[in-house]
This record gives sequence, C-alpha cells and structure tokens, in this order.
Amino acid sequence: MTALPWDLQLLNTLAALLLLLSFAMLSQRRIVSLVNLLALQGALLVVATLLLAWRTGDRHLYVSATLTLGLKVFFLPWLLHRLIRRLGVYWDTEPLLNITATMLVGVLIVIFSFGLAQPISALASTATRNSIGIAVAVILIAFLTMITRRKAMSQVVGFLSMENGLFFGAMSATYGMPMIVELGVALDVLVAMLVLGVFFFQIREQFDSLDLKNLESLKEDQ
Amino acid sequence: MNPFDWLVQLLGIALALIAAPVFLGWVNKCRAWLQNRSAPSVWLPYRGIRKLFHKEAVIAENASRLFRLAPYVVFGAMVTAAAIIPSIATRLPITQAADAIALVGLLATARVFLSLAAMDVGTAFGTLGARREMMIGFLAEPALLVVIFVVSLACATTALPMIAERLSAQALSLTPSLAFTAVAFTMVLLAENARIPVDNPATHLELTMIHEALLLEYSARHLALMEWAAALKLFNYACIGFAVFIPWGISTGNSATSLAESVALLGVKLLVAGFGLAFIETVSAKLRVFRAPEFLATAFLFAVLGLLVRLLLGS
Repeated sequence: MTALPWDLQLLNTLAALLLLLSFAMLSQRRIVSLVNLLALQGALLVVATLLLAWRTGDRHLYVSATLTLGLKVFFLPWLLHRLIRRLGVYWDTEPLLNITATMLVGVLIVIFSFGLAQPISALASTATRNSIGIAVAVILIAFLTMITRRKAMSQVVGFLSMENGLFFGAMSATYGMPMIVELGVALDVLVAMLVLGVFFFQIREQFDSLDLKNLESLKEDQ
Repeated sequence: MNPFDWLVQLLGIALALIAAPVFLGWVNKCRAWLQNRSAPSVWLPYRGIRKLFHKEAVIAENASRLFRLAPYVVFGAMVTAAAIIPSIATRLPITQAADAIALVGLLATARVFLSLAAMDVGTAFGTLGARREMMIGFLAEPALLVVIFVVSLACATTALPMIAERLSAQALSLTPSLAFTAVAFTMVLLAENARIPVDNPATHLELTMIHEALLLEYSARHLALMEWAAALKLFNYACIGFAVFIPWGISTGNSATSLAESVALLGVKLLVAGFGLAFIETVSAKLRVFRAPEFLATAFLFAVLGLLVRLLLGS
C-alpha cells in the first residue's frame, strides 16, 4: 500500500464522515438534532472546500467556502431552529419505513452509487475523483430521508442535505462549479428556504399540522 | 518447529491466563475511581476464583452431563482463542495455525455451550439469559465478521498475525475505513462482554441482566472456570483490537529483546484500554434490552460503512 499525501487522506476522511452524517440524518427522529447534523455536514463541507482550495490554489474555492460557511453552517440552521421554535414541531412522527430497514436500503444505495460513479471517476482527472461515489450516495440518501419522512420540516432538511451532496460532488469531480452557477444555486437555496418558511405557516394554518399526508387528498374528497 | 517458538507460545497462553483477571480487576478499579467510589483491589477477581476453587460444587438434581461439561468447553475455547490471537508475537506455531474466521467460530462455540448449559437445568432465569445471549450473539457476530473483512481486505489475508504484521509495518496514516471499524469493534466488544450499554456486569438478580443469568446455577469450580473464561474473553477481545487497530510494537521476529518489548507494550496498551473501557461504561447508561438490537445494528452499520468506504476510496 502506498501512503497518500496527508491532505488527500484528510479529504478522504472528510468524505467518509459526510457519508456517516448522512446515515445519522437518516436515522434521526428529532428534528432539532436533524438540523444540527445538517449544520455539521455544512461545516465538514467548509473544511473540505478550504483544504481543496489550499491544495489547488484555486481562488474561487475560498469564496465558495465562505459562502457555504455563512449560508449552510450559520444562516439556514438558525432559520430552521427559529421555525422549529415558532411552529413547535420537535419530533417527526414514526417514519414510513422502520429505522433498521431504512438503514439497509441506505447501504444498498451506497453500493448502487458506487457502481454508478465508477465510470465517472474513471473519466475525471481530479485527485478527489474517488469521492464522487460518496457524493452520489449522500445525494441519494438525502433523497431517501425526504421520502421516508412525513413532516414538511424534515423534508426540507433532507432537501438541503441533498444540496450539500451536490456541492460535494461538483467539488470532487471538477474542483467546484463555476462561480456564477454556485452563486445562483446559493441564492436559489436561500429563496427556496425563505418561501418554504412561509409555506410552513400556511400549511399549518390550513391543516393544523405539518404532516404532508394532508396534502395528498383533494379538496373535493374532504 | 523451533522449540523456542513453542516456549514463547506457552508463555503467551500463560500470560493470557494470568493477565485476564488482573485486566478485569483494573477495569473495575478504574470504574470505581471514575464513579468516586473506593476502588477494590485489582487482585479481587483472583481471590474470587481461588475462593471458588476451594468450595464444594453443588449441582442441580436434573442437570445433565452437558451442564458439567460446559465450563470446561467454554474455558478450553477461550484458552485456544488466546493461543490463536497474536497478543505478544506473530510468528508462533498455534497463532499461525488458524485465521480470524476460525476464531469467530471458536467464540461462537463457547457461546452455544454457555447458552445450552444455562437452559439445561430448566430454570426460568437461565433460559431467559440464554435467549438474550443468543440474540446479542447473532447480531454481534456479523458485525465482528465485517470488521474482520475490512482489515482482511486491507491486508489481503484473513490470518490475524499477518494482519498485525502488515499493519504495523505500514506508515501511520489516516484511514477512515479502519476508524469506522474500530468504532464498530468497540461496540461489539461492549456487547459481547456484557459491559454497560448492553448488560451490567455489576448486578445479580436483575431483570435486565444477561451474562449473570447464564451462570446462576453454577457453583464452586465450575463457576470459577466460567468467570475465568469471561475474564479471558474480555482479554481476548482487547487483544484482537490491539492486533488489528494498534499493532505497533508487536514482536515479529523471535528475539528475546523484541519479545520483552512486546510484553511491556501489551501491558501499557491494556492499562490504557482498560481505562477507556471504564470511561465508556461510566458515561453511558444501560440500554433497555429491546434497544440492544439497535445498538448492535449501529455497530453493524459502522462496520459495513467501513467496508464500503474501503472499497470506494481505497483507504
């Protein structure tokens, strides 16, 4: 076994921790902890971006690290915590699939994304190309988190975690997206979050709960 | 075979037999310190075993031969396991004779006999303990196997001494797959040795207990052997952990100086590991029995994640 340079070792470790956090989010039932895990995932992303920026000397990666720090580590979790407090939702109801089964599906997803990412990794020329599989897995697991939850709040957290995975994928495949795309995505996420925050109140006012099951029935049926 | 190697092998087994109760005593002592209690002597497990050997054995009327046989089988399995695990040196005759999968099988044999003996007399407590033990076992075993697969994948062998040699020769590096599996292994160790998040080793006659319930019908020399075997099991697990995760300093040649160094380092590792174990037990609370599968599923998940990360990132 040849030893990797230490920064690549650290990046691999960060990638592995991101995957671990995705699984932690998949199993977490308390919404407050879910938001904290999201903030932690953002923080890991910031460290990974900074490390990559230092390694490649790419100026714009520093900017995107700052953006991630501000948006995903501080602002969005703060906003979510405020919403949780004001809406009074602390627990998600029992997920649609039980935890152990969800975990097993998660493991299958990781295997699937590994297969999916292998040809892409073979084509990429970056030093972090092995992490593409992990990024795909983070995206799909976040998707699974959204599918298995009923409360609108946890679905939004899943959505944001998906965005984290996407960001990490872009970083490991091509050392980050072009600045303009990154700014656009950040703005999109921010606006989506603000709009969803308003939505939450509307949903609750209409149905007296944040359970999305209510949205499935048509008005005429009631 | 070199007679010196056999001598070292015998020395290793003797060391395991002697060190196991002291290690248990050390864990108990650290636990008492951390919980602000006055600590019992580290030799207490010895005194217990000696006292039990001097007592007259009482055996239930309807106990079959299996009940008498089980302590010797369990103790024998643990001693064999201690011989297989490379604790002080890797180039030893018995240590090289079996691989890690055989070792897991050996530990499973001990568990089966322990559970059968507990059910043999037909008391409610014994049966209850046996069932719980099997439940924990069937969840912990796959996790342990996956842990071994991860290191086997990294070293291209399932033989523990080879694994220890390859890993100790390798330069120090940050390996996420090994870190994950180390967490998984620690959780399996806690569950398999009836330590706190899963079972409480300090209680008797409590509805949540597992290990003590298995031994309720035993007395005198049988009980002494069972308790010694339990101490050996903890020691064995600790040594598997050392061989796989912190193998540095293990003797790979057959010189007396490297051997002495290896024994001294083993002592240091045991002291640190014992304190760590006591610390984990102090900061965590006992789980309800029904939550134990979740605990072990988490261990399994960590191990599988280690395996996947190993395959994905190659580190």
